[in-house]
Amino acid sequence: MDHTSPLEKFLRAAALTVVVIFFMFPILWIFLMSLQTNETILRIPPSFIFTPTLSNYQALISGKLSSTAGNLDIAFMHNLWNSVLLSTLSVCLALLLGVPAAYAFARFKFKLGEFIAMTLLSFRFAPPLLVLLPLSLLFQSLGLADTYIGLVWVYQLIALPLIIWIVRGYFEDISPDIEHAYRIAGHSWLSTFMNIAIPLARPGIAAAGLLAFIFCWNNFIFALILASADKQPVTVGALAFVTASGIQYGQIAAAIVLSVTPTLLLALYAQRYLVEGLSMGAVKG
Amino acid sequence: MSATDAAAQPIAPILRAGRFRILPYLLSLPALLVCIGILIPFFTAAYYSTLRWRLNVPAMKGFIGWDNYKSFLFDPAFWNTVYISLLYMVLTVGIELLLGLGIALLLRKPTRTHNFISIMLLLPLMTAPALAALMWKLMTNPNFGILSYFVSLLGVHDFKWGSDPSTALFTVVLVDIWVYTPFIMILLLAGLRSLPQQPFEAASLDGVPASFVFFRITLPMLLPYVITAVLFRLIDSIQQFDIIYAMTQGGPGDKLLVFQVQAYLMFFQSTNVGKSAAMLMVLWLITNLFSNWFIKQWLLLRERAHGHA
Repeated sequence: MDHTSPLEKFLRAAALTVVVIFFMFPILWIFLMSLQTNETILRIPPSFIFTPTLSNYQALISGKLSSTAGNLDIAFMHNLWNSVLLSTLSVCLALLLGVPAAYAFARFKFKLGEFIAMTLLSFRFAPPLLVLLPLSLLFQSLGLADTYIGLVWVYQLIALPLIIWIVRGYFEDISPDIEHAYRIAGHSWLSTFMNIAIPLARPGIAAAGLLAFIFCWNNFIFALILASADKQPVTVGALAFVTASGIQYGQIAAAIVLSVTPTLLLALYAQRYLVEGLSMGAVKG
Repeated sequence: MSATDAAAQPIAPILRAGRFRILPYLLSLPALLVCIGILIPFFTAAYYSTLRWRLNVPAMKGFIGWDNYKSFLFDPAFWNTVYISLLYMVLTVGIELLLGLGIALLLRKPTRTHNFISIMLLLPLMTAPALAALMWKLMTNPNFGILSYFVSLLGVHDFKWGSDPSTALFTVVLVDIWVYTPFIMILLLAGLRSLPQQPFEAASLDGVPASFVFFRITLPMLLPYVITAVLFRLIDSIQQFDIIYAMTQGGPGDKLLVFQVQAYLMFFQSTNVGKSAAMLMVLWLITNLFSNWFIKQWLLLRERAHGHA
């Protein structure tokens, strides 16, 4: 390994450069687009040097888009707010419900536990539409289609399995001896769980929460089918925005930048845990 | 895993007494409710697939058994969907596996630069696929897209990307590769870095050629990771919806009507609930076949790795 030839070193560096350009360029380019007026965007050849403007972001944030064709209302900030609300509420609920369940799966062997674990895992492999289509009919008849509660409830299908799977792995890695000793000292089960188990598994719980947040935020198909127009998150809202204002490319780029920034920042922050989370712990073997 | 079995024993006597027997059931109640929330619509969908049911003609609703499935047999549109979905799956997963493995091998040594690059490569993966498709749509716009410009520099004018039937599949596959190659890469990189060092040290002492080391040592030891990564990708890829729907809504024509897009359009445009559900049941069956086969291979390999063979 240490005696690589200069040629091999050069080839490796060249290959890595190509890789970095391919994967980073789209993000960089859309960011640059979001700082341009439509005029400079439409220029050929494309401009790498231009005077940056924040007008696209201003239009999005104020919600008013003035152009020669007239005024257009943009609901995009509302979509952004929906995303924040839906993802945050979903993750909080999933943590509240999922952490105790994960603890039960890690500490007790019981038949129902195996059944639940397998059902949640097999849902990871089932087509989402299979569950969503009957739900969409059900939502209409229950009047849930127009509420955040209905969506937060369905988002549990994304967040809860992820949290249970990851947090369970963390509980399993902690020796039960400490809990054992604490209980012998006369503490109740609940205080053992709250004072010993949860603090020890905190990094896992935080990582699972962040990942679940990213997955809720990035989800498209659930909200596309179940959410009414004013409850839609950014993923669905951005697509609607493209259809509605087809030619406002600068604003579209700015909307995409605003939509992906939160998840990208969280991903950078939580990157250490992503591998385990993405494979639901399968690589831990 | 083995830690759990041993760990469950010592604490058990304390918790076995009295009301603690029901504790695990109480704790996992919410998870159980979610399971029911998944299983009920699932069985409902299975039931719908046996109905003649169009939302716009409710009077026609009735039980028809296997007829929705039988109608698929001689339906060219159905076989088109099967073909497109499988082609999409093979292309994306095949290319992503080769690229992901290549990049993981390049980044294998844990230097600071390599770690930095591997973190940067997480960004496409953490971009919502639907938004990633919109990003690429802006870049491939025939009028001002930067990629259209690059292609025209190479002498290819009038390259229409997603809106041309002959290049639409290529375009969505490209977006899929951009989003999901990092998934395979980070799993394989984690695998590569966790492999025991002795076989490689022994091989380098004996002066074994690099290709032999790769095919006889690296690849076999990495296989469980490869199988895990490919399993997850195969199943997600044959069910792809976000990228294709956001990019072209399944068009042009029937060029990109993969299973879930086709079922979505059947449900919301043709309002044919029965047929749409039957289509999804077929997809579910195919994914199940894949996942069962892969999980079996994975368990087998794991057993061998743990020395039970």
